[in-house]
Amino acid sequence: MKSFLAKRLGLSVLTVGLAAIIVFFMTHVLPGDVARQSLGRQATPEDVAAFNKLYGLDQPILNQLFRWIKELLSGNLGVSMSTSRPVSVTLIPALGYSARLAAVAFVLIVPLSIAGGIIAAMNRGKKVDRAITVGGLSAAVIPEFVWAVVLLLLFGVVFRIFPISAMPDEGAGGFLQSIWHLILPSIALFLVLFGYIARITRAGVIEALDSDYMRTAVLKGYSRRKAVTNHVLRNAMLPTIAVVASQIPYLIGGLVAVEIVFNYRGFGTVLLTAVGGRDYAVLQSGVILTSVVIVVFQLIADVLFAVLNPRIRQRISE
Amino acid sequence: MSTPTLELRNLEVAYTVRGIDREVLRNISLSIEPGEAYGLVGESGCGKSTAAYAAMRYLPRNGKITGGSILFEGRDMVTMSDGEVSQLRNSVISMVYQNPVAALNPTIRVGDQVAEVFELAGKSKSEAKKLTLEALVRVKIADPEKVMRRYAHQLSGGMAQRVVIAMALASNPRLLVMDEPTTGLDATVEAEVLDLVRELRRETGTAVLFISHNLGVIRHMCDRVGVLYAGALVEQGTTADILSNPQHPYTVGLLRCIPRGGLHKNTDRLETIPGSPPPLGMHFDGCVFASRCTLADDRCRTEKPEMITVGESHITRCFHHEQAPTMARNIEGASQGLSIRTKHTNPTGDLLQIDHLSKIFNQDGNKVQVVNDVALHVAAGETLGLVGESGSGKTTIAKMILGLTASESSTTMVLSGKKLARTLNKRDVADVGALQIVFQNPDQALNRRHSVTRIVSRAVERLSGLNHNESDNRAHELLSGMRVDASLHNARPAQLSGGLKQRVAISRAFAGSPNLVVCDEPTSALDVSVQATILNLLVDLQKQDDTSYLFISHDLGVVRYISDRIAVLYLGRVMELGAAETVFNGPHHPYTEALVSSVPAIDGSQRVRIRLEGDVPSPANPPTGCVLNPRCPRMAGSGVEGLCTTVEPELKEVEPGHFMRCHIPLDQLRVTQQK
Repeated sequence: MKSFLAKRLGLSVLTVGLAAIIVFFMTHVLPGDVARQSLGRQATPEDVAAFNKLYGLDQPILNQLFRWIKELLSGNLGVSMSTSRPVSVTLIPALGYSARLAAVAFVLIVPLSIAGGIIAAMNRGKKVDRAITVGGLSAAVIPEFVWAVVLLLLFGVVFRIFPISAMPDEGAGGFLQSIWHLILPSIALFLVLFGYIARITRAGVIEALDSDYMRTAVLKGYSRRKAVTNHVLRNAMLPTIAVVASQIPYLIGGLVAVEIVFNYRGFGTVLLTAVGGRDYAVLQSGVILTSVVIVVFQLIADVLFAVLNPRIRQRISE
Repeated sequence: MSTPTLELRNLEVAYTVRGIDREVLRNISLSIEPGEAYGLVGESGCGKSTAAYAAMRYLPRNGKITGGSILFEGRDMVTMSDGEVSQLRNSVISMVYQNPVAALNPTIRVGDQVAEVFELAGKSKSEAKKLTLEALVRVKIADPEKVMRRYAHQLSGGMAQRVVIAMALASNPRLLVMDEPTTGLDATVEAEVLDLVRELRRETGTAVLFISHNLGVIRHMCDRVGVLYAGALVEQGTTADILSNPQHPYTVGLLRCIPRGGLHKNTDRLETIPGSPPPLGMHFDGCVFASRCTLADDRCRTEKPEMITVGESHITRCFHHEQAPTMARNIEGASQGLSIRTKHTNPTGDLLQIDHLSKIFNQDGNKVQVVNDVALHVAAGETLGLVGESGSGKTTIAKMILGLTASESSTTMVLSGKKLARTLNKRDVADVGALQIVFQNPDQALNRRHSVTRIVSRAVERLSGLNHNESDNRAHELLSGMRVDASLHNARPAQLSGGLKQRVAISRAFAGSPNLVVCDEPTSALDVSVQATILNLLVDLQKQDDTSYLFISHDLGVVRYISDRIAVLYLGRVMELGAAETVFNGPHHPYTEALVSSVPAIDGSQRVRIRLEGDVPSPANPPTGCVLNPRCPRMAGSGVEGLCTTVEPELKEVEPGHFMRCHIPLDQLRVTQQK
């Protein structure tokens, strides 16, 4: 198990490293002069030279890369090109906000989608099943920003049940209040992911329900319900875990749009602002942090998958 | 008279397929007395398994009981509540399944799965654990505490079946339903499992409903037997009576199709049952078997026969039962004019000569030698049978000959005097066409999206260089030669029966006019009547074109029938090699002796079972000396034990044409084996 973890961890580091290199080169091969774009058209050649010197842009490109990676490793995310403040001052709080939104969305999405999938599988072919699969799929084809706008108009403006901003007013309310503000954006994300996760769960549960070992459990004298909880769910969850983990990048992508609609100062908003302002320092570090988050969740999913699946656990321990 | 443990009374079961109810069990009545073992036999699709599950009141999602009753000790399970049925399943009725590894949950330790039975019965966790250990001891599992902590995939088939049996017996059931419990297990393992069941039955007096397609196993296990055809019980009686004096044309035909000892391809054609079994839920006005019966007349086709008593507790559902035992033999004529070869080569002498064939797999850094310096030769027109338990290297050898797996560099393979490359991609088209294979499972071997013609014509195109149209014509010729009706040439494999699919697979293998065809368990997935037609076809093809076969099968009866010579493999080594009859009649190698004696005979003749103790050792860590020595039934008292445990014997020619890898002298084996 230890060597498995070490191997997976090594791979994760490698992935992030590769992502870093790709991101670096992508931002540097983009057309246009960074300094010109940052400083505007009126900037004098001296200004440009000073800007380039300040951010090290006059150095050979590989030197820039190594310096950037060195700084990253020492925890220095660089200095924002538009605000001149350290990138971490902007990014870290934003990351915290996004994590909070993602956590609320996750807690809403995963249990409900899995429950939906199980209910559909148990009632295969009946109306409940069709409602869940067709409904879930229909909701999923509408992008999250459309849902966000619709939900906002409906429950924020027309019915005024939920606040229209995901950000509580300064100083107002405690923790619960801030969660309350995040419900509506989470629902937008939920609507998009529910159908997909529920469908995979349904397939997993159906496969387990039709398995020989489920038959054994029933013929051992279990009631159907107990056989499902004791014998089906664990096996059915395996594919679901893989799918949930694979949706993390999407969830982060979805956050960007939803954050903007709900005026939430999260990671997505910051990144989008950085794109608009050609703030490559923020952009680079932001993408790296995103890849770290994705890789960490993938790692968690892999470990969880192994823990639940003895066949993989055995292969690992050998 | 006591109440029967199980009684099916006019039971009718239907499956709903696309909204239509199709009858699967037709008015089945049978009863099993306490302590009795009742066997149900029949070919696939006849409703055996449905009947078995019906005895547990367990039907597939689309199945329903449309009439009759299932009485357990006089109580009707059809009208019981689900809770009551669960209660019965937990306490007095248990089941053992065909595929034991799949029947166990892959993510729960097997010990915990057995313990569940006790916990369901209200025992505490610690008590259940203690009882589980006892249950595993009872089924003679070595090192039960360790096995309890394993998962299903870590168990061999035989071991998994012992766990399932332990689970089934945990509640001390009064009825045990066994659905093909040994199908898919090696002959030696099968024999052990059957011995175990017999022994446990003697101890507990449990009544058994035993489902099997294998009449030898039924003979060995059951007091009475019922024969099912198309969902109807057509004959029933004591096992000895049914198997030696069958009174229904179907039973007679079934028994005649089986390649028995003494029959050989050179002297006997196998009998078959004409036609094929009816589709699921077909409606019959008369006798269900009439369309395939050589005795059928108009009455049979219009009037349903009732059960007629023909002997003490022997009943049959046939108007013409007196004629059944002597009915005309159905021997299909030899398939003539198959004209398989486009180019006639006339090979003489050895077609394929293999020396020093070895394979070493790299498993987690360890070198595992699965095939160890095997030398074989196959003459033109000859069948070489390969037998041995799973893990003996049969399939690896076949794959290396075909070039699908690369053999070690020490290997030399010579085909018709020409050296063969060790991997397929280095062989030329002629060599590829010359060596072909027929797989066990035609379902998986044929592309489901292609028509039958296309499957065959692609092979023709690749191997013979004919153009598209010519290939198609050739494909039609081949298929018609294999008796695949022209109306089916555009069908997809899924529309064909198992036997027809195998004919298509054989047509494909013969597309390039092969010199040698590897037949890897070609009839194992087929019913005996279909098996007979396929074996006849293979023999016809061989006789016409001098095609050689390398025939792999775990069914010793089939191998004996079709082989000229047989090689017996164990742990990747040839233990014995000789003419088919020599190998079977003995004196045999002790391993062959154990293999042969483990097959339950249909005629009920009691052979002394020669046991092999323990499991097949891992090839990663083979025993020193003779690889068989830890399990050898003849080593003790042979006087050469010292040699057996230290020096690996050579494969020696002990009599002309008969090779053996054993330290015990042939004459000594002859004497001990005659006792």
